[in-house]
Amino acid sequence: MKLFKNKNTAPLLSSPYMAWALIFILVPLGMVIYYGFTTEDGFFTFENIATIAKPGYMKALIRSIRLALISTLVCLLLAYPLGMILSSMKLTRNTYIVTLFILPMWMNFLLRTLTWMTLLEGKGVINTVLESLHLPTINIINTPSAIVLGMVYNFLPFMILPIYNSLSKIDENVINAARDLGADSLQTFLKITFPLSLPGVLSGITMVFIPALTTFAISSMLGGSKILLIGNIIEQEFTQLYDWHLGSGLSIVLMIFIFINMIIEALSGNHGGK
Amino acid sequence: MKKKFLSIFLSLTTLSTLISGCGVKNSASYPNGKLYVYNWGEYIDEEVIKEFEDETGIDVIYDMFETNEIMFAKLAQDTSAYDVICPSDYMIQKLIENDMIQELNFDNIPNIVNIGDQYFESSKDFDPENKYSVPYCWGTVGILYNKTMVDETVDSWDILWDSKYSGQILMQDSVRDAFMVALLKNGFSMNTKDASEIDIATDDLIAQKPLVQAYVVDQVRDKMIGGEAALGVIYSGEAIYTARENPDLEYVVPKEGTNVWIDSWVITKGSKNVENAEKWIDFMCRGDIALRNFEYITYSTPNTVAQDNIEDDAIRNSKVAFPDLDKINTESYQYLGIETDRLYNDAWMEVKSADY
Amino acid sequence: MRKVLERLYLGLLLIFMYAPIITLIVLSFNSSKSRAKWGGFTLEWYVNLLSDEAVAGALINTLSIAVLATIISTIIGTISCIAMIGLNTRLRSFIMSITNIPMINADIVTGISLMLLFRFLHISSGFTTILLAHITFNIPFVMLSVMPRIKNMNVYVYEAALDLGAAPLYAFYKTVLPDLWPGIVSGALMAFTMSLDDFIITYFTKGSGFETLSTLIYNEVKRGIQPEIYALSAIIFVVVLTLLMLVYRVPAKKNKD
Repeated sequence: MKLFKNKNTAPLLSSPYMAWALIFILVPLGMVIYYGFTTEDGFFTFENIATIAKPGYMKALIRSIRLALISTLVCLLLAYPLGMILSSMKLTRNTYIVTLFILPMWMNFLLRTLTWMTLLEGKGVINTVLESLHLPTINIINTPSAIVLGMVYNFLPFMILPIYNSLSKIDENVINAARDLGADSLQTFLKITFPLSLPGVLSGITMVFIPALTTFAISSMLGGSKILLIGNIIEQEFTQLYDWHLGSGLSIVLMIFIFINMIIEALSGNHGGK
Repeated sequence: MKKKFLSIFLSLTTLSTLISGCGVKNSASYPNGKLYVYNWGEYIDEEVIKEFEDETGIDVIYDMFETNEIMFAKLAQDTSAYDVICPSDYMIQKLIENDMIQELNFDNIPNIVNIGDQYFESSKDFDPENKYSVPYCWGTVGILYNKTMVDETVDSWDILWDSKYSGQILMQDSVRDAFMVALLKNGFSMNTKDASEIDIATDDLIAQKPLVQAYVVDQVRDKMIGGEAALGVIYSGEAIYTARENPDLEYVVPKEGTNVWIDSWVITKGSKNVENAEKWIDFMCRGDIALRNFEYITYSTPNTVAQDNIEDDAIRNSKVAFPDLDKINTESYQYLGIETDRLYNDAWMEVKSADY
Repeated sequence: MRKVLERLYLGLLLIFMYAPIITLIVLSFNSSKSRAKWGGFTLEWYVNLLSDEAVAGALINTLSIAVLATIISTIIGTISCIAMIGLNTRLRSFIMSITNIPMINADIVTGISLMLLFRFLHISSGFTTILLAHITFNIPFVMLSVMPRIKNMNVYVYEAALDLGAAPLYAFYKTVLPDLWPGIVSGALMAFTMSLDDFIITYFTKGSGFETLSTLIYNEVKRGIQPEIYALSAIIFVVVLTLLMLVYRVPAKKNKD
């Protein structure tokens, strides 16, 4: 291709972004790694990273992974049927409905979570309604269930979009061919639809799992600060305890998980957006 | 599509300029520079800030923090981020020891005569020569309870461990206040450096966790008013306000004792607007201003002029707002040094991440 | 039967998504300050909103950062995408994998890393630092949405235009840009959305006395939320709903043609 007459034009054009990426992506990450591996006096240490093995920290990490996995699973179970329903609809209507599911994202993320607080509180909206109907009240605020609910609510669109995209790209002729060859609905789904939608599923999983694993706002709002996640600990190290080294060390631990996720995503050969 | 997008973009920008037209302050009306103030949440009558701005021509940028620790972490990053701050006793000591605040020039703060001598006397615990700080508010820490939900007399920290009130207890989400409760319950000093005593307190706090509804700071007030919980650990200053909003609420200082705290104005080392900061402190010491703040936030004022002018007799003579400190067993937080700080922080971390 | 079940499922999920938003809008008309009690209908919060400097300031900050970050990241992102055509494959994939970092990385790590950088460079945090941070995490969205268009672009038209004597910039404007435009627009929209909704990265890169809507709300959650915030969100929701309806009217019409 010959878009550029001059050989140097392309490197020249890309240089502002390369400089930007260097200064604002690579150098900052390098600094996290530097802080994570040093003491306050600037000596090399593994201690910050090893702190994750201490009971309190380990507990928080395991709890974060557990809640993130549950949330991801719930999102997947909710989003997949939805994706199938949407992709089977007429084109004009489904874009409209997909938009309806994306629309709440335009509301501030904290406001949406705050509203769940209002809904779930002991004397909140849901319980007031239940009480007036003489039904038993629910009591899930400040429990892990409330946090999972908050995660599912906030991250569900991240799961819906990629799954819907991959499902709607499936050529209907392939499915019809399978049917013609005698496959029943379940077989068609297992052998054709699901494998073809796998890239979307995987990218949805990443897009839900990572923010769920690392959140601190949802857990502190819906968990009453009783349920500490790894994100809360890192946030505290920076905003309350003023231990940047430990905070960076724990961030490196988080990055390892993200890295594993990246590899899984790369192996699936999918380059979906967030 | 192109045109539509452009028009949306334009409408958004017009919207923002429209709003900015009515909202943003005109810098020309503040000829005397800026002042960055860092104070506790809900700790001033906001009208007072406006009045200060109008009177002095200084543009006040007002930020709020939730705990002393959050304030410290922010300031440690950059001591010039704020000019004047309002930390508590032990934190002032920590700031002095870390060389993060500066000595005050009291010639520029003439209204300081309004502050009662005994408060400067108490301040000597953390500011030995009264060189760094000017008292703003003081009080105790106690239990606020809802009379419709608690039948017995509340007079001990022990009640916060009573399983009858499971899910009805609000604890403070700040390390020193939470440990104060557990240490005093066991008869230890709230300033203990003894690791074994801290361990016992830690175990107690973990044992208490299943009963705790939430660890909160400023939210205690609204949750108690709304009847969301039966018992909450709270600062005395909230007692008058909460009782006014919900007459079922009552504040007590447990018999084991409590922390008597003072929050004082200090000027940061890196302050770029020292003169304005002094004007601010002086303004806060003015009798009428202190009175207005007191009436708004209902935290006990050390300002004698303000104390004398409180209109409501009940409040002026209130034992909650102005307790007889001789009658209760009191102590104040001290800064315990880096090592012990770490001990407390690790223990608190253990409490917060414990399963329940 | 199946249709009914599908409808029902769709409806339930939509209720789940919209229940909080409807609650919020209802609360914005609630005269009681408490979130749990209904105290009667009022427009007080909407009236107060007009004179609330803190909220107005935060709204302006949020909008101006989102608009500026969107414009700048769209320009940088688009230019680099175009430049990539002239680069060899290895360099191109290297750049793209760096570009992926802020997208895949946890927001909290990105926020912290940028905070460390700004402290190290002694850039005092505030408008500039938030803007730089937002541009950084916005560029990938733009590039990922423009890149597929670049791959499918027909360069021969551009060359033909040059052969016919068009100046390079003019030829670019007339042939390349229209090809890329849908990608640029959707990238910009994505960037704008992300910028508006961001809390974590802003939280770590903001300085004293500077609030965006997100950080303002987070503070208020801890202190007790002011009902004016509900009123503001109701307004934002209605505005966004209207805007999106306008945007989606266009492709819908095209499909009919």
